[in-house]
Amino acid sequence: MSGAFLAILKRDLALATRAGGGGELALVFFLTLVVLVPFALGPDLNLLSRIGPAILWLGALLATLIGLDRLFQGDEEDGSLDLIRASALPLELAVLAKGLAHWLTTGLPLALAAPLLGLLVALPAEAMLPVAGTLLVGTPALSFIGATGAALTASLKRGGLILPILVAPLTVPVLIFGVSASNSALGGTVPFLTPFLILCALSLATLVLGTIAAAAALRQAE
Amino acid sequence: MSALGPHAGYILAAYASVVMILGGLILMIWRDHRAQRQALDALEQRGAGRRSGKALS
Amino acid sequence: MASLIELANPTRFMHLSSRLLPWLVGAAALLLAVGLYLAFFVAPADYQQGETIRIMFVHVPAAWLALMFYSMMAISALGTLVWRHPLADVAQKAAAPIGACFALVCLITGALWGKPMWGTYWVWDARLTSVLVLFLIYLGIMALWRTLDDPSRAGRAVAILTLVGFVNVPIIKFSVDWWNTLHQPASVFRAGGPTIHPAMLWPLLILAVGFTLLALALHLVAMRAEIMRRRVRTLTIFEAERLDRLTAEAAI
Repeated sequence: MSGAFLAILKRDLALATRAGGGGELALVFFLTLVVLVPFALGPDLNLLSRIGPAILWLGALLATLIGLDRLFQGDEEDGSLDLIRASALPLELAVLAKGLAHWLTTGLPLALAAPLLGLLVALPAEAMLPVAGTLLVGTPALSFIGATGAALTASLKRGGLILPILVAPLTVPVLIFGVSASNSALGGTVPFLTPFLILCALSLATLVLGTIAAAAALRQAE
Repeated sequence: MSALGPHAGYILAAYASVVMILGGLILMIWRDHRAQRQALDALEQRGAGRRSGKALS
Repeated sequence: MASLIELANPTRFMHLSSRLLPWLVGAAALLLAVGLYLAFFVAPADYQQGETIRIMFVHVPAAWLALMFYSMMAISALGTLVWRHPLADVAQKAAAPIGACFALVCLITGALWGKPMWGTYWVWDARLTSVLVLFLIYLGIMALWRTLDDPSRAGRAVAILTLVGFVNVPIIKFSVDWWNTLHQPASVFRAGGPTIHPAMLWPLLILAVGFTLLALALHLVAMRAEIMRRRVRTLTIFEAERLDRLTAEAAI
């Protein structure tokens, strides 16, 4: 059983990292978004450093959601999803493997790149680590909330914009606690750990609920 | 009604928005109901009903 | 339970709903007329908020109905997924636009109440923001209904989305509360009895019941339209197959 799990994980990682996989696109999109913000707001470094965590979080959120509609669509089109459904591996574990692979190829690089992009928005040095840390524990929640949306829209010929519309309202709590944990490092009354631990709880809960809901959605679509 | 105070505009605007939104909703649902009724009647008159012409109430 | 099973039959539902509708519409119209009369001509102005308190009489029932319709949709979603009840996804599909409209009414009247009271149309306070997020979830559900064309498959997909949203709504409420609180505390159903003046409470309750009956009547009509739409769909397919067979036979 763990063999099949690892096989799906490895396959998805390979598909995302090889040529044409598009695993690096989320990172480039993230960079583009962060570069666009100062053009809209003006190059005021004080303002940018104050809202820096929010910019990075919004960028990561959009970069995660934009590419998610392909999570199950490719498998639905070429029939591998039918094989996964028919295999002995529970569909929940297959979804978990695919979600994990998605996080490893988008969420994790985004979190690691965040301190570098933080330099562009003049993020203070003491806020670098908290922002990267919150993104590290928060992006799995985005991947798995998104996986539910991706499973619901897997069979649509034109997914595109519908997935972010379905999923974005559900990511509000993650965004709130992610940004407020990052901001607490910049000063304020809230200790860092309170929102950070709630963020961890949200991530763990969506890991379970998102997986179950996505598997249920894939079963219904048969 | 004459004494709605200094903010009469806001109160009337609020009630007008309620009338507009709910009125639009009622109109939309009612017209949809009528359109489906007509489509169903047309189909059943052509004898497409599965239940030997027994119409829905 | 027997009556519930009887109701599960769409034909039986069409019959019952057509008998129930006139009563529902009549009661709703009566209660709304009485409630609006009380709200405008009998209820006193609030000593703090002045005449603008009259906006509350539609704002609060709209908020309550937006939440009630979402809960109804969640129950219908369970009916679709667990019991495969034939009317459950019809009920759910018919409920979404109605709930969305009441959420919109709540938002607009809230904004028009906020301008004279807070000096601005919109404040990002916890309750308004939660209703706004609820409105977005409604829009997402309606968008998913429109993009999936097979009704029974769309029903199951939307049911999953509705339940995921239902689990999320309290979490969103909690996180938005945590994020910011500026609104006046809940004052109608507070423990220890209502704190608002009885002369205001009566019109509010009458209007709340009136709007609820109106919404239920609309829901019934929308469900009837949806049932007929599905029957039209099946009959059209049947008809097309029959014509197909006829031409095939004629060709031989």
